[in-house]
Amino acid sequence: MCETCGCGDPHMVSVELQDRILSVNDREAAHNRDHFAAHGVMAINLMGSPGSGKTAVLEATARAFAGRLRVGAIAGDLETERDAERLRRAGIPTRAITTGSACHLDAAMVHDALHHESLDGARLLFIENVGNLVCPAVYDLGQAFSVVALAVTEGEDKPLKYPVMFRKADLVLVTKTDLLPHLDLRLDQLDDALAHVMPRPAVIHLSAKTGEGLGRWIDWLDAQVQAMRGPDIAHPAHGHHHT
Amino acid sequence: MHEYSLVVALMERVEAEAAARRAIAVHRVCVRIGELSGVEPDLLGSAFAIVQAGTICERAVLDIKRVPARWACSGCHRPLGAGERLQCPACGAPAALAGGDELLLGEIDLEVP
Repeated sequence: MCETCGCGDPHMVSVELQDRILSVNDREAAHNRDHFAAHGVMAINLMGSPGSGKTAVLEATARAFAGRLRVGAIAGDLETERDAERLRRAGIPTRAITTGSACHLDAAMVHDALHHESLDGARLLFIENVGNLVCPAVYDLGQAFSVVALAVTEGEDKPLKYPVMFRKADLVLVTKTDLLPHLDLRLDQLDDALAHVMPRPAVIHLSAKTGEGLGRWIDWLDAQVQAMRGPDIAHPAHGHHHT
Repeated sequence: MHEYSLVVALMERVEAEAAARRAIAVHRVCVRIGELSGVEPDLLGSAFAIVQAGTICERAVLDIKRVPARWACSGCHRPLGAGERLQCPACGAPAALAGGDELLLGEIDLEVP
């Protein structure tokens, strides 16, 4: 019986679903999270515009952690394995995901990639998302932290224009600060824009090229890895098999 | 443009529900889209119009309810106005989102034999 409009049509029924539209992705993301916990992996979803310096930050990060923490990466791009090749040259075992035309990674794509043997033993896993300030924010990948790279060349107002991306960020890396002498950008205005879209603004200014500010980023990562290891926490079993 | 893949996920859920109830057509699909969900309602509508052809939703109306973002202080619960900093001007505590990031499939109207 139609109860919505009162038309009395006996062939109409209204069904109340109240489901999250992305519930399938959410389940895959929860599964990835279990996987990371079971293997003691801290996963970071690194997002940002094309050209914001995501790959360069990871190359510099690999140099800083060389020999003391195993780092792995999953790199998403529409086409080519160029980023993955750069990361491998920097010493980071990397699995590439070529999305074709998809503008973001989803949890299922990450799941397929993370069972690749090259990522075995990584304690810190960077998921370098497709360069895009919009779509990747919508899809949970199961990461512990969301980090957004924003280059100084992108201007002060990007956070205000793309609030969804920045609202969910745990940390923003303002990159390419070595270019500041050539720009009119006001860093205080950029920080103020971030305070309008992030309830807990956390910002590190750095240059992967000169290394300025990189230490603060490495310290942040070290602190999160230490916090995750914590006092003996039992990890849930990763309950499924792969052929 | 991720609205297309969202509509595919939406359609799979609606088709499963319609099949479970042996419906012969879907007449209305209601969704709630938050201002901070990252989804553009107009683009979602365009994607739905493309995907619905030839499916059980062919004649369905997509009813989109837009939900504005609502922020309030996580400490003193004072509501924050649009465009304000997301740290409470009264007590300094970070703001918490009270609504506006949802991406929900609500009610659907099914025609049954």
